[in-house]
Amino acid sequence: MAVFKRTPILKDQLTHYCPGCGHGIAHRLVAEVIDELGIRERTIGTAPVGCAVLLYNYFNCDVIECAHGRSPAVATGIKRVQPDKIVFTYQGDGDLAAIGTAETIHAANRGENITVIFVNNAIYGMTGGQMAPTTMLGQVTTTTQHGRGGQGEGPPIKVCELLSTLGGVCYLERTAVSTPKDVMNAKRAIKKAFQNQIDGKGFSLVEVLSMCPTDWKLSPAQSVDFVNEKMKPVFPLGVYKDQ
Amino acid sequence: MAEAAIQAGCRFFAGYPITPQNEVPEYMSWRMPQAGGVFIQAESEVAAINMIFGASAAGARCMTSSSSPGISLKQEGISYIAAAELPCVIANMQRGGPGLGNIRASQGDYFQAVKSGGHGDYHLIVVAPATLQELYTLTMNAFDWADYYRNPVMILGDGILGQMAEPVEILPYQPILEIPEKDYILTGCRGRLSRVIKTLILDPADGLVRHNEHLQEKYKRIESEISLCEEYQTADAELVVTGFGVTGRIAKAAVRKARKKGLAVGWIRPITLWPFPKQAYQEAVRAASKMLVVEMNHGQMIEDVKLATECAVPTEFMGKGGGWYPDEKSILDKIESMIKQPAAAAKGRVS
Repeated sequence: MAVFKRTPILKDQLTHYCPGCGHGIAHRLVAEVIDELGIRERTIGTAPVGCAVLLYNYFNCDVIECAHGRSPAVATGIKRVQPDKIVFTYQGDGDLAAIGTAETIHAANRGENITVIFVNNAIYGMTGGQMAPTTMLGQVTTTTQHGRGGQGEGPPIKVCELLSTLGGVCYLERTAVSTPKDVMNAKRAIKKAFQNQIDGKGFSLVEVLSMCPTDWKLSPAQSVDFVNEKMKPVFPLGVYKDQ
Repeated sequence: MAEAAIQAGCRFFAGYPITPQNEVPEYMSWRMPQAGGVFIQAESEVAAINMIFGASAAGARCMTSSSSPGISLKQEGISYIAAAELPCVIANMQRGGPGLGNIRASQGDYFQAVKSGGHGDYHLIVVAPATLQELYTLTMNAFDWADYYRNPVMILGDGILGQMAEPVEILPYQPILEIPEKDYILTGCRGRLSRVIKTLILDPADGLVRHNEHLQEKYKRIESEISLCEEYQTADAELVVTGFGVTGRIAKAAVRKARKKGLAVGWIRPITLWPFPKQAYQEAVRAASKMLVVEMNHGQMIEDVKLATECAVPTEFMGKGGGWYPDEKSILDKIESMIKQPAAAAKGRVS
């Protein structure tokens, strides 16, 4: 009989995440993968600036906290010095696709042998709900109070599509954590992204469409619907590159 | 400088091209792999310093170099590295500013180097070599200081030092300090508790206040343990001339000529800019009745000279920014004009 138990990689700790937030699921999936691959003792994670900044309070492995958007550069430094370690970044949309766009694109293009977990909830969570690079057209945020317009604010950046043109990239997949099926699929993708690194295949990124009830001003249940009905059409799930 | 870094065990270099320091990444691009290390031409200065952050956290002796506008871009990462107490060496071959300025030599980044530079309240150890041989030696020492104090060290040069040629004896690395084992680096938590390197301190019990106090205690210790300068005939000097880096070197030539003319002139060149060698100045003004500070800027180090001496003697300034540099003759003329004024007329002597 299968027993649902605490993942040993996660510390026995209450998280600071809001009810209905997708970070808890994403954390759990990354932790389960690290556990199943037996790599905890050689894993070094990076914490971003944003809602997941306190990631080191939850993951029982070595972690470095990076400046906003700089995780791929920091991870590059670590991985190049210790190529036998497993290095992952965990980044939100503002971190990865706005202030850290250059670091993301160039780490990807260099083919750095790292694993990137990209949590996309189309909004700045920690700072209180401002427009993200992935905020959708018409989406209301505290800095797009009449909805994001294409003029002057531009359409949302689609990270997997953008990175798929780069030669150094090994693996790109967009997943979600809004249905049980999506969660299981996200775990498969995350595991593959870590396995790629173990196999020395190069830059792997898994995008995770995730819920942000607090800043979307929706209930947890409505937030799940928001991902399924509003986000998935703009950010289609699937594999964007697999070499 | 690049070879000295290799000799000292630097095995990670990340940088971005900017004149006048391109010779460093160019050399590192072929020499570093030869030494078994990593060279990365980063996509930006910001990325380069963050690669250093990662490499240092992973335990490597590491270095980046740049010039003024690039150093401004690196300040974010430097603040994080200082806050996380990670060692690294940063070279700034200063050029004319502000803004894009020009690519002539300058000393306009003194304030930025010695007064934090980035956000927050921290210090770099800052050294200012005047010759290529000294640049070689100080680069090797810089790695020791960085590891020993777990603090970034800045080599503050300029475009002249960055692009000049003069003979250098390639000496083997001799450690000047015993470096304790790096028990803070991230290596994966095999056989030990997991480690975290972070700079966000939200502890409600004044954790950040205590961390700042801890940093300041370290800075006090560094101030009491490192202070380097070169002096020339200050004991009986009526006038003491001072300048750092190549300006100090040019000033020394002028002071030697003044001595030959029988003028009672002495000279101090600070080698560490932070910690600033205050004591040398305090001792010099016991005998001297005036000072002259020469800089390739509009007066930055002069503030630290006046603080060190508590404005004990009238202190004049000679300098300009934007690529101007002094020649021996103009410094000598200035010395002669100052010595001709009788000391009694120099007002404001307190001690």
